[in-house]
Amino acid sequence: MKPRSFDYHRPKTIAEAVEALAQHGDDARILAGGQSLIPMLNFRLLEPVALIDIRHVPELDHIRLDGDMLEVGAAVTQNRLLAWPDLARHVPLLAVAMPWVGHFQTRNRGTVCGSIAHADPSSEIPLSLAMLEGEVVLQSPRGRRVLKASEFQTGMLSTARDSDEMIVAARFPTTFTGKAAFREVARRHGDYAIVAVGALRLPGGEALVGIGGASDRPVVRRFRLDGGDLGAELDALAWELETYEDLHASPRMRRDLVRRLAPTVISELRS
Amino acid sequence: MIEQKPKQRVTLTLNGRKVTGDAEPRLLLTDFIRHTLGATGTHVGCEHGVCGCCTVLIDGVASRSCLAFAVQMDGATIETVESLADDEGRMNALQEAFRRHHALQCGFCTAGILMSFTDFLRRKPDPTREEVVDILGGHLCRCTGYTNIVDAVMDVVEGHAPQRDIGAA
Amino acid sequence: MNDVHDQATRGRPSTDSGAPEALAKTGAARPYVGRSLHRREDEALLTGAGRYADDLPVPPGTLVAYVLRSPHPHALIRSIDSAAALDLPGVSAVITGQDIAKLSDPFLVAVKEPIPQWSLAVERVRYVGEPVAVIVASDRYVAEDAAELVEIDYEPLPVVIDPLAAVGPDAVLVHEAVGTNELSRRDFVYGDPDAAFASADRIVRLDVEFPRHSYTPMECFVVVAEYRRAEKSYDVLANFQGPFSAHPVMARALRIPGSKLRLRTPPDSGGSFGVKLSVFPFIVLMGLAARIVGRPVKWVEDRLEHLLAASTGPNRFTKVEAAVKADGEITGLRLDQLEDYGAFLRAPMPGPLYRMHGALTGAYSIRNLAVANRIVLTNKAPAALNRGFGGPQIYLALERIVQRIGVELGMDPLDVMRRNLIPAGSFPYRTAAGALYDSGDYPRALEIATGEGRLEDLRRRRDEARAQGRLYGIGYAAVVEPGMSNMGYLSTLLPLAARERSGPKNGAVSMATVNIDPLGAVSVTADTPAQGQGHITVLSQIVADQLGLTPDEITVNLEIDTQKDQWSIASGNYSCRFSPGTAVAAHLAAQKIRDKLARIGAKQLNVLPEDVELSGGKVRSRSNPDNALAFGRVAGTAHWSPIMLPEDVEPGLRETAVWSPPELEPPTSGDGINTSLTYGFVFDMCGIEVDPVTFQVRIDRYVSMHDAGALLNPMIAEGQIHGAFVQGVATALYEEFLYDEGGGFQTGTFADYVIPTVCEVPKLEIIHMESPSPFTPLGAKGLGEGNCMSVPVCVANAIADALGVTDVRLPVTPRRIHEMLMGAEPEVGAGDAS
Ligand code: FES
Ligand code: FES
Repeated sequence: MKPRSFDYHRPKTIAEAVEALAQHGDDARILAGGQSLIPMLNFRLLEPVALIDIRHVPELDHIRLDGDMLEVGAAVTQNRLLAWPDLARHVPLLAVAMPWVGHFQTRNRGTVCGSIAHADPSSEIPLSLAMLEGEVVLQSPRGRRVLKASEFQTGMLSTARDSDEMIVAARFPTTFTGKAAFREVARRHGDYAIVAVGALRLPGGEALVGIGGASDRPVVRRFRLDGGDLGAELDALAWELETYEDLHASPRMRRDLVRRLAPTVISELRS
Repeated sequence: MIEQKPKQRVTLTLNGRKVTGDAEPRLLLTDFIRHTLGATGTHVGCEHGVCGCCTVLIDGVASRSCLAFAVQMDGATIETVESLADDEGRMNALQEAFRRHHALQCGFCTAGILMSFTDFLRRKPDPTREEVVDILGGHLCRCTGYTNIVDAVMDVVEGHAPQRDIGAA
Repeated sequence: MNDVHDQATRGRPSTDSGAPEALAKTGAARPYVGRSLHRREDEALLTGAGRYADDLPVPPGTLVAYVLRSPHPHALIRSIDSAAALDLPGVSAVITGQDIAKLSDPFLVAVKEPIPQWSLAVERVRYVGEPVAVIVASDRYVAEDAAELVEIDYEPLPVVIDPLAAVGPDAVLVHEAVGTNELSRRDFVYGDPDAAFASADRIVRLDVEFPRHSYTPMECFVVVAEYRRAEKSYDVLANFQGPFSAHPVMARALRIPGSKLRLRTPPDSGGSFGVKLSVFPFIVLMGLAARIVGRPVKWVEDRLEHLLAASTGPNRFTKVEAAVKADGEITGLRLDQLEDYGAFLRAPMPGPLYRMHGALTGAYSIRNLAVANRIVLTNKAPAALNRGFGGPQIYLALERIVQRIGVELGMDPLDVMRRNLIPAGSFPYRTAAGALYDSGDYPRALEIATGEGRLEDLRRRRDEARAQGRLYGIGYAAVVEPGMSNMGYLSTLLPLAARERSGPKNGAVSMATVNIDPLGAVSVTADTPAQGQGHITVLSQIVADQLGLTPDEITVNLEIDTQKDQWSIASGNYSCRFSPGTAVAAHLAAQKIRDKLARIGAKQLNVLPEDVELSGGKVRSRSNPDNALAFGRVAGTAHWSPIMLPEDVEPGLRETAVWSPPELEPPTSGDGINTSLTYGFVFDMCGIEVDPVTFQVRIDRYVSMHDAGALLNPMIAEGQIHGAFVQGVATALYEEFLYDEGGGFQTGTFADYVIPTVCEVPKLEIIHMESPSPFTPLGAKGLGEGNCMSVPVCVANAIADALGVTDVRLPVTPRRIHEMLMGAEPEVGAGDAS
C-alpha cells in the first residue's frame, strides 16, 4: 500500500499553482487535505505524475463574507469552517451538515473544497452546496470562471472541472437562514452515507430537501411543509432517482431510505 | 510511474527538536516518522485513513499521518506520543488515566488515541461524554471495547485525574 | 462455593502494582492474586516505548519483501514473466512457486487427502489473494513498483464459492485429486437420539448460517527471516501467537529438524485474537526468500493483504433439530454441521469443528445427540483461528433452536432454558459427548442475572415499545466457555481404528520457568507470547504470592525463542489456555523454587523446612518470625556458596514447571472427548430495537453474567469481557467477509469491512460469580472468548423476537433488516405502503 512515484510541487501563489497544473494537465492532481486523494494513491488507483500541494498558498486560506455569499478558500479545512463562529448564523445548513463529515481527525486536514472536488454522491458538503445553489470558483491560465453547483458536479466522482483548472474557492449563499436539519444513514458514524438527507425551511411554508447517496449526484427538491401529500411526492422522487447497488444497500433500500428518512428530517423543520 | 524520484531534504520539528531527513516525494509521513526519524511510537494500522493508529499532531492538530507525505512537512511541527511524558519520563494525566482505567490492552491503537485527545482537550478542556465518544469515533480499537477509554478521558476531564498538565498548547 | 459480585459492589478496587507492601505481610496466602492490579505493561505502551515487531532493529543489509497475490479465485498459472520487474533498480529477486517447490514441501494437513499447499501457489491458484510470487527489493515502495511489472498469464477456471453448492452434484472441484469438495465427514452418536426423536412431542428444526469474519488485529503480520547457510538453519522473528503445534509443520515444510528453525517472538504484539497463528506460512515463505537471496528479508503485511487473505473464521452451515417434550424438555439433538474452510485445510484446521465437541450440548443436560461433522472446501481464503474458535458457530445453532422451541411451544425461551439447564450440584458433570464440566451453578447464574429487577426492566421496555408500535425484542443466550484445549480433540476427526494406528494424543502441556539471580532478583518466562492480555502483570502477581515479594520485584519476559525456551506443541496464546494453563505452570514453578528456598533457608535459620515461610521479602521461621533472613541473601547461597546448601539441594535457582492435567484424556472408543480442562459459564440477555426508518439495530440494554472460576485479576478479566463483547456485537451486526458469485472479494478495505467504533457500541453490564475450578490449583478458568460466543446469538434471538422471524442471518446489517422488513415495493405513485 505505497503510492507510485510523483513529482511534488509546493506553490506559494495561485498563479504558481495554476502554472504547475497547466504544465501537467490531467496528469497532475491538486493536493489539499489529501483525505480522499491519498487513500486512492496508497491503493495505487491513481497515477498522477505530479501533486500540487496548495496548503501553503495564503490566498486560498480564507473564510469571508462577500455580499450574499460565504466564500471558503481551497486551503480551508473542514474543521476550520466548522469552528468559524458565524457559521450557524450565515449558513445554518453547513452548521448541521458538517459534523457528519468524516471524523474530527480527518476534518482537521480535509478541506471544504477538496470534498467538493471529489464529488462523492453521498458527501455532505457537495450536497449542501447543491441545496444552496452555491458556486465553485475555478482558475486556469485562461482565467477564472464560476460554476453553479449543479453545473459543477456532473456525476459519480466526476465534475465539469477542466484538466487545467483548479478550484480556488467555494461560495455558499448566506440567504438561506431558515431552520436546517440533516441526517444520514451509514454503517458507522463517520462513514460515507448510504443515504443523506438535508432539509431547509424556506419562507412561505416550503422546505428545500436535498438527497445524497441515492443516485450519482445530489438531488434537490422543494416541498410544501404543510398541505401537500409529502408521502406521495417523496415516493415519486424515490422512483425518479437512479438508485444504485453497492455492498451496503440495494437500489430498493435506497428508495425506501428516501421515503422514510426524508419525512423525519423534514419534520424537524416544523418543531 | 515506475521511475523513482530524487529525495528531498525535509526539516521539521519533532517533539520539540529540529530534525532532518531525506524523503522521496511519495514517502508517507508514517514511514518517515517511524523509519527515517526512528520514532516508532506512532503505529500503522491501515494506511487508508480509517483506523487512527497513525494519528499525530501536525502543527497542533490531530491528523492521520498515513494520509500525508513527508515532503509536505518541511517546516512543520509534529508531536507524537513520545512527547507526552515529561523530561523525567513521568506520564501525563491522560496517560496515567489510561493506565488506571485499563484503557489499553495490546496498546497498538493507543498512541493515536492519546494524540487525538491531546489536540481535542487543548481546544476543549471540558467536553461532555458524548463529545468524547464522538472524537474517539475516529479510532478503531480491537481489544478494549472502548468503554474504559471513554472513562479514562472523562476522568481527566472531570478533574479526578491527578492534575498534571496534559500538554500546553 | 460461589462468590457473587458485580462491578459496583466488588470489594477489590484496582490498585497500582507498587501496592502497599503491608499486603504481603498480612499473611494472606495470596496477597496479590485476585486483585485488580494495574498493568505493568502499560507505561511502555503509553509512552511510545512499546517494542512491536516492526519497531525492532533488523540486521544490516536486510531486504524487504512484497507478496504478489492472485486476482483470480481459481486459475492455472500458465507463465510468470519477471524480466521487467528484475530490471527495475533495487529489485533483488522475484520468487515463484516453482522456486519454493524445489526447496520446501507442502504443509502437513490433518486429513490424508491430496490437498498440497506450499507457501506460494504452485501451478494453480485457488482463491483471490493466494500468494503467487514474492518480490524482494531494497524497500517496500520499489517492491510494489516491481509487482506491477511482473506479468502473469492465468487461465481462469470455474469457481465454487457457496458451500452448499460445493457439496452438491456436479460441483466444480477445488482439488480435483480429492474427487470431492467434502473433504471429511464423521458421524457421531451419543445416547439414543433416534428413540428420543421417535418419542418426541414435537420436533423443532432450523437452518443457521454463521458468517465468515475475523477479529482483525490492528497490527498486521510481520516477519523478519534470515537463513544461516553454515548451519543450514532459519532464524525468524515473527509476531506469531501459537499454537506451537505449527512449529513442526513449518520445520517439515522447510525440510529441517525443528531445532534448525529458530522462531522468536517480539516483546509486544498488536493484538491477535487467533489471527496471528496464520502468519506461519509466511514464516516459511520469508525463510525461503532469505535463503534464495542470501540476505535477511523483512515482510510487513499491509491492511489490504490482511483483509484479503490473512485469516478468517470458517463459515458454517448447520441444520439443527431438537426433539422436545410438551413441557420444553429437550430429549434429543441432531446437528449437521457443514464447515467451509476455503481452499485449503491449514493446520490446525478443522479445529473449530472439533474444539467444542464435548460441549456441543452447551449448558443443557441433553443426553441423546447425533452429529455429522462435514468439512467442505471452496474457492475462498483458508480459514483458521479466530477468537471463540467454533463456539460462536455452535451456539448460534444451539441457542437459536432454544428460542425457536420457545416460540413453537408458546413458552418463554427463558423457561425452555431453565427446563434444560444442567442442574446445580451435578458437577463435575460428564456431557453426552464426553466433556467433563468442572464446576458451576447455571440455574443460580440465571437467577442472579435476571434478578434485581433486570428482567422485569427488559420486559417493561419491550412492552412499552410495543405498545407504541415499535419493534423491540429480547434475546437470551447461555454459553459454556471452554478453557485450555485438550490436544487430543482433533484426533476425534479420525475414526477409532485410525486413532489407534497413530497412537494416543491428549493433554495440554503448559510450561513456565522462574529464575532467581545471585542477588535475589526474580525473572519469569513462560510459553505464552502475549498480545495485550496483561499476562506479564498476572504472572508477576502469581509468582510474587509464592515468593513473598511484590509484583514489581518480578521481571517477566514473554518473548519466545524456540531454540532456548521451554515450549511444547500446546504452547501459545490461544483457546483461553492462559488462566487454566500457563498461569498454573508459573504457580507451580514458583512453588518449586519457594520449596527450594525454604530448604536452603531452613539450614541457615536452623529450623525445619516446614517451618519456613517466604513473606515481605524475607525467608523466616513461622514459629519465630524474628528468625529471618533477607530473600536475596538466601537466594544468593544457591549461586555463591554451594557448600552451604543442604545435601539434597542442587546449586542454582532456576525451576521449570510443567502442568499437564490428568483430566485431558484421549478420545474414548465411543468418541467421547473431554475437549477442554475448564468450563466457564456465560449467560447473556439483551433488549434491542429495530429502527424502521434507518433499518438499524440498536442494542438498548445488555447484561452479561460470567462465571469464570476464580478471577486472577478482575480488572483484566473485565477488560477481556468488554473486548470480546464488542467483537461479539461486530459479528452480530457489522462484520463479514463477502465474496461475489464469481469469487471476487468485496470487503477489502476498512470502508467495506466494517469494524464498529465506540459510537456503535452499547453499554455492557457485567456480573460475576465465581465457582472455582477444582481441576486447577488457582481455581481459574478461561474467560476471554465467552462473549464472542454468546453475543451474536443473543442479539440474533432478540432480533427474531422483535421482528417475529425465524431466519436471522448474521451480521444483521441494515440491508438485511431492510430485506426482512419490507414487503413488495409499492408501485410508482402508490405512496409508502408500510
Ligand atoms: S494507519 Fe492511518 S488511519 Fe490507519
Ligand atoms: S488496545 Fe489493542 S487495538 Fe486498542
